[in-house]
Amino acid sequence: MHEVSAAPAAHHGPPTTFIRKHVFSTDHKVIGIQYYHLALVAVVIGMVLSWLMRIHLGWTNAAIPGLQAISPNGAPGGVMTPEYYLQLMTMHATIMVFFVLTTAPFAAFGNYFLPIQTGAEDMPFPHFNMMSFWVTLTGFLVLVSAFFVSDGPPLAGWTSYAPLSAIGKAAGPGQGAGQVIWATALAIFCVGQLLGALNFISTVLDMRCKGMTLSRLPVTAWAWFITSCMGLTAFAVLMPACILLILDHVAGTSFFIPSGLVINDQLIPHSGGSTLLWQHLFWFFGHPEVYIAIVPGMGIVTHVLMTNMRRPMLSMKAILYSFWALAFLSYMVYGHHMFVSGMNPFSSLVFSFPTLMITIPSTILVLIWIGSLYGTKLRINTASLFALGFISMFVSGGVSGFFLAQPSIDIMLHATYFVVGHFHMVMGVAAMFGIFSGTYFWFPKMYGRMMDETLGKIHFWLTFVGTYCIFMPFHYLGWAGNVRRYAAFTDDYLKPLIPLHQFISVAALITGAVQLIFIYNFINSRFRGAPATANPWEGTSLEWIMPSPPPWNNFGGKDPVVYHDAEQYGVKTASGADYIMQNSPEQAVSGADGD
Amino acid sequence: MGKFLAVTIIVIAIASAIPVVMHTWEPPADISTHGHLIDSQRDDTMIEAGVSFLAAQILLAIFIWQFSNAKAGGKTKTFPGGAKGLVSAALVLVGVEVLALGAFGTKAWATVYFTPPAADAMPIQVQAGQFAFYFRYPGPDGKFGPIHPEMINEGTQNLFGLDPEHDVESRDDIVTAEMAIPVNKEVHLLMHAKDVSHSFYVPALRVHQDFVPGLDLSLHFTATQVGKYEIVCSQLCGLGHYNMRAYLEVMSQADFDDWQKKQAAAQ
Amino acid sequence: MATTLPPPKPEVLERPDKSRNGSTGNGGWQNLVPIEGNFRTIEEYSPPPSSSAIWVGIAAICMSFAAFTSALIVRQGASNDWRHITLPSVLFLSTMLLVASSVTLEVARRRVAAYMGGVQSQVASSRLWLYVTLGLGLLFVAGQYMAWLQLRSQGLYLATNPNSSFFYVFTAMHALHVLGGLAGLLRVIRKLGLGTLRRSTLNATSIYWHFMGVLWIYLFLLLWMRI
Repeated sequence: MHEVSAAPAAHHGPPTTFIRKHVFSTDHKVIGIQYYHLALVAVVIGMVLSWLMRIHLGWTNAAIPGLQAISPNGAPGGVMTPEYYLQLMTMHATIMVFFVLTTAPFAAFGNYFLPIQTGAEDMPFPHFNMMSFWVTLTGFLVLVSAFFVSDGPPLAGWTSYAPLSAIGKAAGPGQGAGQVIWATALAIFCVGQLLGALNFISTVLDMRCKGMTLSRLPVTAWAWFITSCMGLTAFAVLMPACILLILDHVAGTSFFIPSGLVINDQLIPHSGGSTLLWQHLFWFFGHPEVYIAIVPGMGIVTHVLMTNMRRPMLSMKAILYSFWALAFLSYMVYGHHMFVSGMNPFSSLVFSFPTLMITIPSTILVLIWIGSLYGTKLRINTASLFALGFISMFVSGGVSGFFLAQPSIDIMLHATYFVVGHFHMVMGVAAMFGIFSGTYFWFPKMYGRMMDETLGKIHFWLTFVGTYCIFMPFHYLGWAGNVRRYAAFTDDYLKPLIPLHQFISVAALITGAVQLIFIYNFINSRFRGAPATANPWEGTSLEWIMPSPPPWNNFGGKDPVVYHDAEQYGVKTASGADYIMQNSPEQAVSGADGD
Repeated sequence: MGKFLAVTIIVIAIASAIPVVMHTWEPPADISTHGHLIDSQRDDTMIEAGVSFLAAQILLAIFIWQFSNAKAGGKTKTFPGGAKGLVSAALVLVGVEVLALGAFGTKAWATVYFTPPAADAMPIQVQAGQFAFYFRYPGPDGKFGPIHPEMINEGTQNLFGLDPEHDVESRDDIVTAEMAIPVNKEVHLLMHAKDVSHSFYVPALRVHQDFVPGLDLSLHFTATQVGKYEIVCSQLCGLGHYNMRAYLEVMSQADFDDWQKKQAAAQ
Repeated sequence: MATTLPPPKPEVLERPDKSRNGSTGNGGWQNLVPIEGNFRTIEEYSPPPSSSAIWVGIAAICMSFAAFTSALIVRQGASNDWRHITLPSVLFLSTMLLVASSVTLEVARRRVAAYMGGVQSQVASSRLWLYVTLGLGLLFVAGQYMAWLQLRSQGLYLATNPNSSFFYVFTAMHALHVLGGLAGLLRVIRKLGLGTLRRSTLNATSIYWHFMGVLWIYLFLLLWMRI
């Protein structure tokens, strides 16, 4: 048996220069923070874009002050053109899905906490890890550069369906250089995420400290592991799709463009391609992607709730099996985005069954979370409030899935605001709540200071009510048949719905403004927050054993030894504490109270 | 604060349910022969979804009310049945529920997609292009002339790229900007995309189908009520997507014959 | 260029292979690993992370090529503009070269093991075989380029027809990954020369290189049968 050595062979000492400490750092904690900052910048941009979109939808002919200066072509006289609306919409979605919802819960928190939670000193391939951040950042910068090319960003939506996205400039403004930049940025992003997923998987498989069996890993570590497995397979499919799309643009190939297309009386010089091929490739990636966005949040919510309930979940096994079931099923359901796409209608029925089945693990998770609350003394703080809000939002967003999973009902709801409401509630709100919960929970550990609880609670309340006011009405709009991706509502049957749109827009602007409270709290607490102890929440997992923030090598050169799983809450101990940390040899005196 | 959250959740849940129960925002009334299957499926699903939604939110709220920030001391309890009961409930209840929905929903889907059009269905072709729908009726010969994409010319209004000089079948084709159909007569709609993906969505008719460039797709349906309805594009097709619509006029057979004669004369 | 280097430091000979960061406790704890394929003699030690990581990377690359393959199959069925290409004859040669490079790599590995085990005092022959592998790999890439030239001389460019498009895409994507493998081999050669080569690095690089060969055989058959 090879013993744990007291001090590591000094392969690398602590970084000394500013560049090595904060810029090109191989330390997973720095990389995690760099990802978090990237997500913060991205979410602000994405949110501002959504404000512009909502203002335009509520008051289509209004002149938005300052917009003409930003884009004279897109908003002459400050009034947004329809193409500019679609361009902003495309960038809003792309930035949010990739650079916020994949980056923050997975890359940011995962990079920071996965190695610590497994008891490792760092990820096994720190240079790959550093590369993964810088490649992702490059992807972001390339994407944002689309705003600055002459025709602007693409307008084909984040789903970028061919042939609109493949034909080129003739299809519309932004469809030339903008679309190629978009596809390139995504391909670069895929490379960055693959490097990250590689590190995550290797950390869980090969970097666990002594005593840390797989079953003792905290739920968040499992969530990141499962997400990495999904990411590995999903991003590896998006990249080829983007490459083929780029080739259709710049090399004259016809992967996605059939023959006989005519725009502006000009015959498009491509032939033989398959329009639906893009959709199949994209959604094979796209559906796992949305589970990549939510599963880490589910892990965070479980982790935060356990710590605040002072009790383990009713069944961690059920939770983990549900995560695996979601991941597995996510590959079989992608055709539910394509029910009326023209693919074989029999395929639509085939896809609808696993889609309906995926309700089962989702329900198990919700019932376990709610059932675990029973009989506890849940501590209410901002992190646990956001975790509870997550459950409510996930239920609301998930229930609309009952309708969308059925092809016959999808006939009425496809491409309407019902779909937009569904995915915003699960991704735009629930996943965001997971990020917020994790932020308020882990901020003390990352920065050594506590965030302000009062501001946090105000942030929670206004956001919780505000996001319901924004996204619940989306379902009513969709139910009435309001088609999505419309820059304005000129149809007879849509005009009566405009007042509801205006209500939503007001709610969106107010809720958006509320997020400034969070940003203020985040920045201010960095410098003026109350100093944080090592374990302010009395958590059991390994991230809480060292001071806040942890030293550069996580455990000061001594690898921890683990004796328990991360669920030793509500136990009687000789010391009187109601929990046992994973690295403590202490055993519970008798079982948990009252069991 | 936990109690306040519990109350808020219940208020939000009930407030969300009110517009649904009051049918405040509804799709247009169904004017099709197959739509009732879709509507009843949808209503069944709403009951199940609505009950699940309310039950979950209310249960969450009750537990938050009872079990948050309780005073220290006193035993903690475990949910009766533990995880086993909940997992079994999820597996069995939800599993049966969704399977039932799926199984019963196939009928509505099959009626639309797995039944062939009637032999005497009236063929109409619709072409979707940036940013308008155009329709073509075959005329007395009952045949559509071939489309020559390279001959499409909006300037001369040769919208379908027809070549009546060389193609006999094209000579009596009627091209219109609005779609008229006789009531209670099955229509076989042939769908052709001129440039990019579009979609044919008529909420009142309960039909929704994407146009796929390169694929010849078709729909069939029967309208049961006279009136004027909107056909809207629901697949993002470019800057004019929001404005891409045509009108569907359902008329009596006599009115439709008149209309068709007028359109033929105007070609 | 026969250079005699000092005998390797003892750490290089040791098992387990310590992780990069030197914390020996790290590892797939309780990953019970058979020694030399003998399941009766297992040792509780941590396998080096690169031994599982390389397979993770290979899985991702397989998914990418699976996506390209499905694009090929769908595209072939989408339209009747499929025009079969005769594969450029140089591909048969370059395939042999790539397979040969796997053989030479295995020879090189055994030489390195002998050197690191102290059986051989000179690093020269292990380095030589690594260079031969590298050279064969470079020749393979050159062969791919010649195949492209041959196609061009037939008037088949990237966008000429779907067959040619896929031919270029598949061979270019594979060649890109082979270049990555060449970089890995160079790194191994460099580390061997400096005496800092770890067995796990050599193993991972070798697995990747062999995978390039296996992948090429799959692609070659795919191109031959479908394109």
